[in-house]
Amino acid sequence: MTAEPAAGTLDRPTPSLDSGVWSGVRWALLRDLRLALRSRAELGVQVLFYVIVVSLFPLATSPEKNLLALMGPGVLWIAALLASLLSLPRLFANDYADGTLEQIALSPYPLPALVSGKIAAHWLTTGLPVVVMAPVLGLQYALGGEALAVLTVTLLLGTPILSMLGAIGAALTLGLRGGGSLLALLVLPLCVPVLIFGAGAVDAVHAGLGATANLSLLGAGLLVAIVGAPLAASAAVRIALD
Amino acid sequence: MLETIDLAARRGYSHLFSGLGLRVEPGCALLVTGANGTGKTTLLRILAGLSTPFTGRVRWRGEDVTPFAQSMRQDVVFCGHLPALKDELTAEENLAALVALAGAKLEPAHVRRALAIVALDRQASLPARVLSQGQRRRLGLARLAVTRRPLWLLDEPATALDADGIALLTRLIADHLERGGFAVAATHQTLALPTSRVRTLALS
Repeated sequence: MTAEPAAGTLDRPTPSLDSGVWSGVRWALLRDLRLALRSRAELGVQVLFYVIVVSLFPLATSPEKNLLALMGPGVLWIAALLASLLSLPRLFANDYADGTLEQIALSPYPLPALVSGKIAAHWLTTGLPVVVMAPVLGLQYALGGEALAVLTVTLLLGTPILSMLGAIGAALTLGLRGGGSLLALLVLPLCVPVLIFGAGAVDAVHAGLGATANLSLLGAGLLVAIVGAPLAASAAVRIALD
Repeated sequence: MLETIDLAARRGYSHLFSGLGLRVEPGCALLVTGANGTGKTTLLRILAGLSTPFTGRVRWRGEDVTPFAQSMRQDVVFCGHLPALKDELTAEENLAALVALAGAKLEPAHVRRALAIVALDRQASLPARVLSQGQRRRLGLARLAVTRRPLWLLDEPATALDADGIALLTRLIADHLERGGFAVAATHQTLALPTSRVRTLALS
């Protein structure tokens, strides 16, 4: 190098940068929510999809009350799973395609914090509507008050787990051809325990066992996912960018 | 100082470059030239810490940096092929979001001023969807202007820019070097930078 180094202000480590975990979570959460609000039609499609899938079962099977009450929790859970899956391919793929994911990975904020924010936004836009509408849709299945309450609580605990498991799958399938269908194959088996404990809680109530065991297991699963999923998804994002 | 030691990269089974040792001093720019497919983008991605080199090391401020190292993420601004713009957001929101992602606090007035620097102030509240390629590039330049990072890594920064845009780009880089910043740019264009501050690396 022949040039004389210029005496300047930039040849020193960058001073106090905001690189806090919560600032990172907030950035990703607010940005993804804003993007979701700008494309409200997509949000509406997911919610309608959920409503329609749930409503098809009584039409296709039988209007018999006992049968419907038996099927109801399972149907609502499967519909919640499918609705969550519907929007998962876009969780990282849009950011990957337009280069935002590179900037996210190079941000001074910890990547798991940014990924957590994105997952939270995904749950707020797809999981929360599912939870809120469950008590109303459950009426189609002749579910009683207690069963509806338990079902709603299981969805409240379980849908965040679906978003988090889905985020790992979405990050792992980044940049692959046919990533969307592969994502479904990857994520659906992982969701089986959530489905069993979630839908099983109402059965346990009917059987007089109480839902405490199922709810505890779902809660434990949620805690494990909160700790593990952002780390796993971040690692997968970095692999995808490399 | 930014250095590489015996850096090699390959794509699939073909070698792009090997044994590459480069040094960029404060206040200096390195222009990377070479035909398509010679590894300019790969080199920039390795320097940014987005890709892992096949062999060799990258040193920044005298320390080895691994991909996604915190020390690099705090100092680098990477302008790749992809503009990192969201079609749904306005030019102003896009710039504010990218600057906030870089960890910098910026008042709305500053964002407006940065847009004025790159002559996008009239498009500030238009969604990025309707901006032209050149205007998108200019938005990237606005990010350079406001993100006070020492190390600029620019991949084909002059693409789609008009004569004014290239002059603006050159002035931004010159000012950055004047302040003691570092810049590495992969480019086919010749930028009118002071020759004493510029070195060229030709990949083949």
